Order: sequence, then C-alpha cells, then structure tokens
Amino acid sequence: MIIVTVGMQLGFDRLIKAMDALAPGLGMPIIAQTGKGTYRPRNMDARDKIAPAEFEALVEQSRLIVSHAGIGTVLTAARCARPIILMPRRAGLGEHRNDHQMATVGKLAERPGILVADNESELGQRIAEGLALANWSAAQSPTARQLHGALAAFIENRPL
Amino acid sequence: MGKDRIRVLAVASGGGHWEQLMLLRPTLAQYDVRFATTEPAVALQHGVAGAESLPDCNQNMPLPSALCALVALWIVLKHRPKVVLSTGAAPGFFCICAGRLMGARTLWIDSVANGEELSMCGKLSKRFAHQCWTQWEHIADGERPRYFGAVL
Repeated sequence: MIIVTVGMQLGFDRLIKAMDALAPGLGMPIIAQTGKGTYRPRNMDARDKIAPAEFEALVEQSRLIVSHAGIGTVLTAARCARPIILMPRRAGLGEHRNDHQMATVGKLAERPGILVADNESELGQRIAEGLALANWSAAQSPTARQLHGALAAFIENRPL
Repeated sequence: MGKDRIRVLAVASGGGHWEQLMLLRPTLAQYDVRFATTEPAVALQHGVAGAESLPDCNQNMPLPSALCALVALWIVLKHRPKVVLSTGAAPGFFCICAGRLMGARTLWIDSVANGEELSMCGKLSKRFAHQCWTQWEHIADGERPRYFGAVL
C-alpha cells in the first residue's frame, strides 16, 4: 500500500492528480490524504484528513509514502523506516506562500530513504526507485551518525 | 559510573519535535532516560510508557507559559536528571531552564525544520543552555549554535 499526503493546511491538487493518474499502474492500493484540495481522485481512496493515530497505523502498513515537502511527514517516515518521495510545492503555482519547500528538498535530497520528484513528470520513476529500496534506515545517514555520536559525548560529559 | 546510571530528561512537544526525539532514542536508551512531552498519549503509541505530561504553551501565552514553567520545575525536582535536553519547543526550553537551576547539564537541539534561522527558543537557549546545536551546518557559527549533524 502507498500513502499520499499533502498535510492539513493547504491543498496540493497537482500532486493528487498526478498520483491519481499513476494509481492504476502501480498494482497496489493507494490512500490519499488530500487536505484542502478540490480535485476528487477516481483511482485512490481519498480523504480530506486522517487523524494522527490512524495515519501512524497506515504508515506501519505502507511500503512507501508520497508527500509534499513537509518536514513532519519526513520525520514520521524516518522513524517508521519507510521510503518517502517528496514533491515540493511551488509559490509560482499558488501552492504555498513561498518556495521554502524547494529549499527543503534541496537540502534533504541524497539522504537515506528520501527521494525527490521536482515535478509530477518525475513521480513515476521516483516511486519505482522508492519501492526498490531495501534495508535502509535514517540512522545510517552520515549526518545522523554524527549527531548520535555527539549526543552520547555530551551526555557522558566527554569532549565534543 | 555506568552509562545506564546517567539520568537524562529528554523533552519534546508533540508533533515534529517529538518525532526528532524518537529518532534519537537508540542513543538515549543507553542511559537512564526519562521523557516529558505535551502529548503523552502519542508517546505511549510510540512505546514510551510513563512520559511526564507538560502543558503546551508558546511565547504568546503568558499564563499557560507560567504554568508550564512550574510543571517543568516540578518534573526536574522529581527526577533530578544529570542532563536535560530538548528538541523543542517552549515546554522543552522551560525544562532546560529548570534543569540549569538544579545543576543539570543542558542541551538544546534546534529542530531540523529550522533551516533558515534558529527558532525563538533556540535563540534564547544560546544564553540559557550549556550547549545549543543547530541541525544545519550553514546556521552554525562555531560556538553558539554549533553543528554536529542532524536526525536525518
């Protein structure tokens, strides 16, 4: 199963439409949390909102998450060790106030388990790559190892 | 002293702050760690039983903030941690202040969501916590805040 989420605050119909078009070819159920969007998907189980506890349970059952570039979802994906595809909102298309999601994906690309689709035309390829990922975890990233090491040193009062 | 004897109070508000604390859990679990959060029900879902409950607050809420500061002091007095650390936000900052008052070593880890500048509590922590870390290298200035990697 794949979960698609765009957060609760804003719609992101460009992502929902693109996933709805890809859905019949993916060969597995897709659940989409569509937020304040107006497009009504035909090929996905769509809901405006999903409560946090249910979202958590769905993530546990999922193979992959497709999301706007919201840091909260990235962190949930990392904790549950699920690959995540990020497609950034664009201010120029009225999808957000500014282009901070573009900045976010620029900084997060290349980290383990995180794949970036700059636009809807790249989604299909990134999903295939995400589904093929195996045996990774956020803790394997060099930056995470560095933070865990520094945290242990601080707690044990060793030199940083 | 064995690692598992070092008492650590780890604090985060619900949502993204808590997610980041959970990503640090494999390291925290080596110590005598106690958790505090604004959403103990979520903590329980994540397998953390007995997390202390803090009232939520922010800098625009003077009365809830005062209450939160008192509860933070109570939690620190109850657990007497050697180390207090937080990934945010205001309730975690109050625990750091209370910890500092009680002689604990204190660490603020600013949220990975703050890629442009430190959060308000992060800026305050530059003064009040022993260490203030950012998760973005370009925000670090060598001393306050420092950069030692990120949860991701």
